[in-house]
Amino acid sequence: MATAVKGAARTAPPLPGPERPRRIRVLSFSQRLSRWDVKVSPYLYISPFFLIFAIVGAFPLVYTAVISFMDWDQIRQSGEFIGVDQYAWILTQPAFWVALRNTFSIFLLSSIPQLILALFLAAVLDRNLRAKTFWRMGVLLPYVVAPVAVGLIFNALFADNSGQVNAWLGMIGIGPIPWHVEPFWSHVAIATMVNYRWIGYNSLILLAAMQAIPRDYYEAATVDGAGAFRQFWSITLPSLKPTLIFVIITSTIGGLQIFEEPRMFDQFGEGGSANQWLTITLYLYNLGWGDWNFGRAAAMAWLLFLIILVIGLVNLFVTQSLVGDDGGRGPKLTRAQRRALRREARARRAGRKELRR
Amino acid sequence: MTDLLKPDQAGGEATVAIVTPKDRHGRARRIRGIRPPWWIYGILVAVVLGSLFPLYFSFLIGSGDSSTLRDPNRSWIPLGNFFENAATVVNDPNVNFWRALWNSVWTSTVIAVAVVIFSTLAGWAFSKLRFPGSKPLLAFVVATMAVPQQLGVVPLYVMFAEFGWTGKAGAIVVPMLASAFGVFWMTQYLRQAVPDELIEAARMDGASMIRTFWTVGMTAARPAAAMLFLFTFVQAWNNFFWPFIVLDRQDPTLPVSLSLLQSNHFVDYSLVLAGVVLATLPLLALFVFAGKQLVSGIMAGAVKG
Repeated sequence: MATAVKGAARTAPPLPGPERPRRIRVLSFSQRLSRWDVKVSPYLYISPFFLIFAIVGAFPLVYTAVISFMDWDQIRQSGEFIGVDQYAWILTQPAFWVALRNTFSIFLLSSIPQLILALFLAAVLDRNLRAKTFWRMGVLLPYVVAPVAVGLIFNALFADNSGQVNAWLGMIGIGPIPWHVEPFWSHVAIATMVNYRWIGYNSLILLAAMQAIPRDYYEAATVDGAGAFRQFWSITLPSLKPTLIFVIITSTIGGLQIFEEPRMFDQFGEGGSANQWLTITLYLYNLGWGDWNFGRAAAMAWLLFLIILVIGLVNLFVTQSLVGDDGGRGPKLTRAQRRALRREARARRAGRKELRR
Repeated sequence: MTDLLKPDQAGGEATVAIVTPKDRHGRARRIRGIRPPWWIYGILVAVVLGSLFPLYFSFLIGSGDSSTLRDPNRSWIPLGNFFENAATVVNDPNVNFWRALWNSVWTSTVIAVAVVIFSTLAGWAFSKLRFPGSKPLLAFVVATMAVPQQLGVVPLYVMFAEFGWTGKAGAIVVPMLASAFGVFWMTQYLRQAVPDELIEAARMDGASMIRTFWTVGMTAARPAAAMLFLFTFVQAWNNFFWPFIVLDRQDPTLPVSLSLLQSNHFVDYSLVLAGVVLATLPLLALFVFAGKQLVSGIMAGAVKG
């Protein structure tokens, strides 16, 4: 309404002659209300999210950093500044380094097979299947099973003496594996839980990206004589690059925070008698709500965040360089070549300046 | 087919040029159209059985007795004790099953409804309304997705202890109300789902901003909102770390009370796994009805994200 009125007032030609009084534009109350509505509404609509985020997201983020520099007193609900002592304490704990090693080990054992199997499963689902939706749902099913439930079930499956997995392995002549004793085997068992829940989910994400690849590419490749593997390597993988990066980054953020599965891996939930499967988040929990030392837990939280950031960036670069680009950006140049090109351009520019002088 | 032929026809080259690609495309299409061989289905059957196996195993042990897990000659046919074990779990005063179920149901529902409303509102503003600062604010929302939940738990706990909220089920609702993913998701969806002309038309007809949002935005957002609801619900239902920290053992959610089943020194796995089956059933039921939406939600999100 307001815009319509405004437009009319502006386009009306100014009438000559002193006898006609100049029209004064007066906005009625409803017009003013409408303008105010247009201006304020967007902020009003985004405010619930930002208000809640400020209270439960931004403020805790900053406050964690504050607490991490303190010796926090549970009872007085306050602390005194002690500088970086909490960080120094954590970094000198053998348990922290063990937890770091375990977290990485579990993360690698889960994310790499997960990605490969999800890619494979996505390629299978990408075929012209009957009952597509049924298979997709079947693959997604583990996603709705709570991680705690998965942990409890797999703890029983991976029992050391009489577990089902050891019984199966015994059938093919592999001796009972001490899943709850050896660090490496406990990591395998915990990684299996993670993989169980996420392979199907990730395969659906990759499947969606695969279906967005124009089929002409494959037709052209077939004409050129490329086999199935070559097509997968040279067309599918490069086209999936953005999605792969997304999947890898999210699985990094999730994988490094792993808590439920190791927590449920035995009845005590403290990461094993010799910290065999103690993870960073489990250690954070033990520091904060086992020892009730919030300063240390907060410092641990910030260290975890930094670790996630670093690994996320490393992943990004590795994926960027491992998986080729999906074409159209010209030949890839080495750094030396780029530098040479830049030097040339600079020389040309300098030359032009000389000429002008 | 016609699309593929257009360039050739437009090019006006000899008819031979049209015939050859037509032939090739036709064959390629037929190749793609054929049904896959049986072993592809074999792989899929194996994967689906693998997905189901842990749940079946849980039911199998859950319908036995305390010695079933360790019995080397256990049969693959369930014994008949499931309901008995389930009743034991439900009536165990340490488990608080009904309390936990109720807490899980209402907190997950409230969280999912609130996330959908807040995200749709914010997504509408970010995608369809122009206002100073909208781009940096949206970038900020996306950036917050990388922040792990663990980073906030210590101050959140301190805060809630100050307010006297620790131990109350409400303490797990508030931190989950702001979903950056939800805002991003709705923004992406509404951007392409609502033509600007429709909004202009509504505005010309004299609808206020909120009325426009309600009649145009909410209607268009419905499919994406349903998916967001499902994902948020599943996530809230399965959430463990923060509820485990902040809730009383007497007033838990289902995952928290499940975790307590195993915390005794003497563990009877037939009870633990019967409890696992009980706690998993509600989401399995949801999956049967809404699994299709979950699948298309994941696939839709992947293409845009």
